[in-house]
Amino acid sequence: MWERGRGEGRTGNVVAEPSPLLRLGQRLKGPGADTSPCPSPYRRGVLRCVSALFLLLICALPALAAEPSYPALTGRVVDGANLLAPDAKQRIEDKLKAHEDKTSDQVVVATLPSLQDITIEDFANGLFRHWQLGQKAKNNGVLLIVAPKERKVRIEVGYGLEGALTDALSKVIITTAIAPKFKTGDFAGGIEAGVDAILTILAGDAEEWQRRAEVRSDESTLGEDIAVVIGMILIFLFIVSFLRGLSQQGGTRRHRLRNGRWVTLPQTTSWSTGSSSGSGWSGGGGGWSSGGGDSFSGGGGSSGGGGASGDW
Amino acid sequence: MSISTQLGRPLTWVVLSLVGIVLAGCGYNNVPTLEEKAKAAWSEVQNQYQRRADLIPNLVETVKGYAAQEREVLQSVIEARAKATQVKVDASTINDPVKFKEFQDAQNQLTGALGRLLVTVERYPELKSNQNFLALQSQLEGTENRVAVARRDYIQAVQAFNTEIRTFPGVIWAKLFWGAKPMETFTATAGAERPPAVKF
Repeated sequence: MWERGRGEGRTGNVVAEPSPLLRLGQRLKGPGADTSPCPSPYRRGVLRCVSALFLLLICALPALAAEPSYPALTGRVVDGANLLAPDAKQRIEDKLKAHEDKTSDQVVVATLPSLQDITIEDFANGLFRHWQLGQKAKNNGVLLIVAPKERKVRIEVGYGLEGALTDALSKVIITTAIAPKFKTGDFAGGIEAGVDAILTILAGDAEEWQRRAEVRSDESTLGEDIAVVIGMILIFLFIVSFLRGLSQQGGTRRHRLRNGRWVTLPQTTSWSTGSSSGSGWSGGGGGWSSGGGDSFSGGGGSSGGGGASGDW
Repeated sequence: MSISTQLGRPLTWVVLSLVGIVLAGCGYNNVPTLEEKAKAAWSEVQNQYQRRADLIPNLVETVKGYAAQEREVLQSVIEARAKATQVKVDASTINDPVKFKEFQDAQNQLTGALGRLLVTVERYPELKSNQNFLALQSQLEGTENRVAVARRDYIQAVQAFNTEIRTFPGVIWAKLFWGAKPMETFTATAGAERPPAVKF
């Protein structure tokens, strides 16, 4: 009882039959879906898939709603709360840029009009990851976040700088450099003092790291990478030829592998599968460049909640 | 024979590689990928809890120097720490509900004991102005925050994994090839996600 008549007479022919999913798509759209002799596992699978998708969507809605709206990364100083005069903002940005040019550490200042009813710790971590501060490989970002409405301030430190800018040091910066000035209403002065302190600590660490880097400067060079790739290709070729030799000895499969020309094919095919999965992976990683205005954007870094918070 | 074998060779490889592509495209690799992600997130949770446990002996010593009479509170912290470090759940047993609950209860107990200690400390102004204590306190706060972040990341990773192995098409791969079991995740307990509020 093939109602649609399209598959009629061809059911025996597996190749000519439309794919089960296509058939199901037609069924789901068309009337009388219940009467059709659709193989029930397929239908159940699709129904499950659809209902799971719906469930996912429904479950995702509250999560989306709970996600605060993060400001755009328009520069190294994102002054959403309008605490800084243009010249002070420019001065701080110049300092941050000079430091980044020297060390690649990304230090960013954000002032917020509101924390949107979540804690400054959660907001700072979410914003840090949203902006992806710091280089991807080093996670060397720092976010100084100020919420004047809630009277909260936090230094959020990326994974890679936790050793230099420790929680205790962050706390000391907040209590000794930032909070006293904020108490008198001098936001620009407090932020600048905080930035100076952060940069001083990071610069000390950076110098130390530069010294270490000189010692082991030739740790992983391009030449070595190429050598590794060539080595892998050689091993692969060796395995292929070994397998070929093996099956040539073993009689039964001899005729299949006798043509040397065809054995070279697996290389290209397996390489193409490798590169297709590889591109999918790097596509996932490549999505990070959060387009932020003046050619400044996060480098893909992340933070695990290091740093300290304070109030005034 | 020669024509058929000459065609058969590349065809086999093409079909094999096509099968590989199709499998990868259908999310065959998603199950182990997500599993590894969840396991990595779990290691981070353990790492941060361990870090917290490592801070406690120093903290207890510092508090003892100023508030030795608060024996009961200090003792409860030490005991809770001992218990929490005993319970180990490694990456391979995160799909064991009983062990997981044991781990979570032990850590929550330590969180509670630490919270009480930090409240007690409020009564000792000298201790609160001690530099060593301040440093330890900020480290402890930072660690609690890292625990919160690590737990959140773990919960999200497990959610992704559990969703994958229960929905189409991941459920097919999970059942047929990987034998993947759903992982346990943290249940929110009141006040457990946030470190106790500490004012000074």
